[in-house]
Amino acid sequence: MAAKKTTNEQVVLNDYESVIIFTPVLSEEQLKDAVAKYRSFITDNGGEMVHEENWGLTKLAYAIDKKTTGFYIIYEYKAPAEFVAKFELAFRRDERIMRFLTTSLDKHAQVYNQRKRNGEFNQNKKEKQQEGK
Amino acid sequence: MSRPRTQHNPAMVFNTTPETPLKKKYCRFKKNGIKYIDYKDANFLMKFVNEQGKILPRRITGTSLKYQRKIALAVKKARHLAILPYVADGLK
Repeated sequence: MAAKKTTNEQVVLNDYESVIIFTPVLSEEQLKDAVAKYRSFITDNGGEMVHEENWGLTKLAYAIDKKTTGFYIIYEYKAPAEFVAKFELAFRRDERIMRFLTTSLDKHAQVYNQRKRNGEFNQNKKEKQQEGK
Repeated sequence: MSRPRTQHNPAMVFNTTPETPLKKKYCRFKKNGIKYIDYKDANFLMKFVNEQGKILPRRITGTSLKYQRKIALAVKKARHLAILPYVADGLK
C-alpha cells in the first residue's frame, strides 16, 4: 500500500471532518475569533484546510446544557493521524464548545462533499421547485 | 366441526390483504447510485426514522444490508450532534 511505503520524512495526510457546536451565548465577534482560532490550529499543526462551513445559529433537536440553539461550524481538512487527538483535546478544554464530532472521510464522502460544494444538489432542488411551479 | 376448505387459489397465498397489491421493495441507494449518506442532512435521514425517532427496519424501507448499516451510523452521528432527536413524539 502507498501509505506504508512512505518514509518518515513524508507525512501521510488523512481526510477528516469536524463538526463543532458553539454555545449560543457568544457574540458575533467572539464566534469569529473562536472559528479563526481553530482554523489556524489546523494549519499550525501540519494540517491543510479544505473547506469551512458555518450554519450560523441553528435550533438543536434537544437541549444541550439547557440551551436550545447553537452555532454549527464544520471544518473539512487534511491532517496527520496524530493531529485529531490534539484537536479534540483542545475542544474538550474549551468551554465555548458544547458538542463536537470528528469523522474520517472515505472516498465516497469526499466526492459527495465536493459535489455539495459545487452546489449540484441544490441545483436539482431548485429545478424541481421551478418545475413544480 | 371444520368447514370444508375453499378451493386453493395460488394468487392468494402470499397476498393476505388483496386490497393492497404487493409492490416490490427496492434499495433506494443501489437504485439511485448513492454511495455516501450524509449525517448532516436531517431531511434525508428523516426518511429512515419513525415518528418516535427510531430507526426503521430494513423490512419496511427495503434498504440493502450494506446501506442499512450506513444509515444506522449516520442517524446515530446525527443524534449526537442534535441534528436528530434521541427521543421524540410526533416527529412527522
